[in-house]
Amino acid sequence: MKAVLVDVARRHLLARKRQTLVSLSGIVLGTGFFLAISAMMQGSETDFIHRLIDNSPHVTVQDEFRNPRKQPIAELYPAALVQMHRVKPETETRGIRNYKQALNYIRDIPGVKASPVLLGQGLVSFAGKDEALALNGMVPGDVEDVSTIGSYLTEGSLQDLAGNPDGILVGSELARILSLERGESITISATTGQRRAFKIVGIFHTGRAAFDQGQVFLALKRVQALLNRPNRANEIVIKLANPYSAQDVATKIEGRLGYKSVSWQEASEDIMSTLALRNVIMYSVVTAVLLVAAFGIYNVISTVVIEKQRDIAILKSMGFHARDIQAIFLTEGLFLGLLGCGLGLPLGAGIMWGLGQLNFKFPGTTQFNRMPIDWGWKQFAIAGAFALVAAVGAAWLPSRKAAKVKPVDILRGAGA
Amino acid sequence: MTDILLRAERLGRKLEGEVPVTLVHDIDLDIRHGEFIAITGPSGSGKSSLLYLLGLLDQPTSGRLWLEGVETSSFDENRLADIRLARLGFVFQANFLLPEFSARENVLLPIHRRGRLDDDAARSRAEDLLANLGLKEQADKLPHQMSGGQNQRVAIARALANDPSIILADEPTGNLDTASSAVVQNILRDLARKQGRTVIVVTHDPSFASQSDRTIRIVDGAIA
Repeated sequence: MKAVLVDVARRHLLARKRQTLVSLSGIVLGTGFFLAISAMMQGSETDFIHRLIDNSPHVTVQDEFRNPRKQPIAELYPAALVQMHRVKPETETRGIRNYKQALNYIRDIPGVKASPVLLGQGLVSFAGKDEALALNGMVPGDVEDVSTIGSYLTEGSLQDLAGNPDGILVGSELARILSLERGESITISATTGQRRAFKIVGIFHTGRAAFDQGQVFLALKRVQALLNRPNRANEIVIKLANPYSAQDVATKIEGRLGYKSVSWQEASEDIMSTLALRNVIMYSVVTAVLLVAAFGIYNVISTVVIEKQRDIAILKSMGFHARDIQAIFLTEGLFLGLLGCGLGLPLGAGIMWGLGQLNFKFPGTTQFNRMPIDWGWKQFAIAGAFALVAAVGAAWLPSRKAAKVKPVDILRGAGA
Repeated sequence: MTDILLRAERLGRKLEGEVPVTLVHDIDLDIRHGEFIAITGPSGSGKSSLLYLLGLLDQPTSGRLWLEGVETSSFDENRLADIRLARLGFVFQANFLLPEFSARENVLLPIHRRGRLDDDAARSRAEDLLANLGLKEQADKLPHQMSGGQNQRVAIARALANDPSIILADEPTGNLDTASSAVVQNILRDLARKQGRTVIVVTHDPSFASQSDRTIRIVDGAIA
C-alpha cells in the first residue's frame, strides 16, 4: 500500500518538472550554503579553540586566592561573632608558597604535566633602543611538556636553552626591531635594578606580532635572581592529556592548595560566550536561507494540492483514508528534501573545498592562513537534517489541507 | 429482509449555513441484491446527493442507512472508507482517472490500497478487467491517449477492481457520444443481469432508465 502512495507522490512531482526543479534548486542551494557556512564557522571555532588549547596552559595555578583567606581566629571559632579591625597582612615576597610541594601534588594527578613559572617584567636596551619584555622563567627541561614554544622556533632549539643557563629565547619581531641574531647577547634590566646579560640561543615565530615582540623565555633560576625572588614561582602551568577535563582538574587543585586555579575555559569565558553567540547568529542566518527554500516547496505542494483536488476526491471515494492523502503530500516534501540533500551536500562540499583554497591574513598576525573548514560528519548531518525538516515541514500544511478535502464537495462541483 | 442490501429510513441531508439547503429529505428506500436501479429526476432535484449518501461518500443529517443490516450512520470516516474500498465501486460522469497513471495503473490503485493481492495477482486482475471491457490494447495508455468512452470503461474497470457488491454510477453516459453511451449502458446492465451485482445509476436518459429493474424519481429532494 505504501508503494502506491509513494508512486502517486513521485508522479505528481514528475508531472510538474519545471516547478519541481525550481523548488528543488532552492533547497539544493539552501542546503549547500547552510553546509558551507556552518562548516566554515565551526572550522574557525575549532581552529580557534585548538590554538587556545595548544598555546596556553590548560590550567594555571596562580599565586593568589579567589576569596580572601579567613583569619585564624575566625577559623577557630566558626560559630562565634568575631570582628576584627585594621587587619594588616604580613608583607611577604609574592609567589606560591612551597611551590615544589604543590608541584609534586599536581604531578601525581594522572594525565598531568606541570612546571613552575616565574613571570616578571624586564627591559632590554640595545643600540640605544629600549623594549619592555615579559620574562617567562621556566625550567628548561619542562618547557616542551607545558608549552608549544618549541614548535615555533625558527632558529635554535630547546636543548640549547637547557644546555646554557644564561640562554634566552626571543621572538622574531624583537630580533627584527633590535637587529638581533642567534648567538648575540642582550642585557636585561629588571625592576629590582638587577641587570644580567643573556645569550640568544633561539628565535621563535608564532605569527602573533605582539607575542613575538614582547615575550622572552629564560631559565627559572635566572629570572628568580633577576627579580630577587629566590625559590619562588608565581605560577604553575599545567598541560593535560585531555584538555577538556581542565575545569575538573582546576577545581580539584584549587580545593587542595587553595591557590586560584584557572582552567583555559574559565580564562577564555568571554571568548567562549562570543563563540556561542556567533553560532546562534550563524544558524539563524543559514536557517533563514533554508526557510526561504522551504517556501518554494510549500508553494509547489500547495499548487499540486489545489490542482489535484479532483484526484484527491476520487482517491478518497475509492477508499483511501485522509492519512493516506496526507502521506502522499508529505512524501512529496520528503522527496524534495532527500533530493535537496543529495545534491545540496555535494554542492556545499564543493564550496567548502573552494573556501579552503583561499588564503587570508588575519588581523594581528604576520602570515597568511588557510580558511579553516570543519569537514566533520556532524556538519553534513546537521545541514541534511535541517534540509529534511524544512522540506517536510513545508509540505505539512498543504498535506493537512489535502487530507481535509471532502470528496462530495469536489464531486458535486465537478458534476454540476 | 435478508435479501435487502441497502435500506434507507427517513434519510435526509441538509447543508448548514446562513441559508440552510435541504438536498434530500425523508427518503425511505429498500434496494435488493442484484437489482438494477435508475434514479431519475430534474437537474438539482437531489439525485446525486442521494447517490452519495447511498454510497457512504456523504453522511446523512437525518434518518438512518443500513448496509446488509448494519447501521452505518455512526461510522467514522476511516470505517466508511474501508467499506467503500471493499464493497462499493463508483463511476462518475467525468471519468476521474488519475492523468499520470496508465489505464492498468488506474485499475491497480484500489487493488493495491486494499492490499489483498500480491503484485502479480493484482496485475493479472487489472488486465482481466480491462480485457473484459475490450481495453486489452489500451492497458498501457494514459487517459489523454484514449477516447471518452474508453476512459469511462477504464473507470468501470477500476470500480470493479475489488469485486464490489454495489456499483454506483453518477450520470456515467453524460459525457459520451451515442455509440460509447450504448456500450457503457450495456456493461452496467450486464453487471446486474449477468454478474448479480447491485447497480444504482443516476441518469437523465429515459432509454437508459427504462432498462432498469426499478426507477426511483426524485423531485425536490424527495421520492416522487
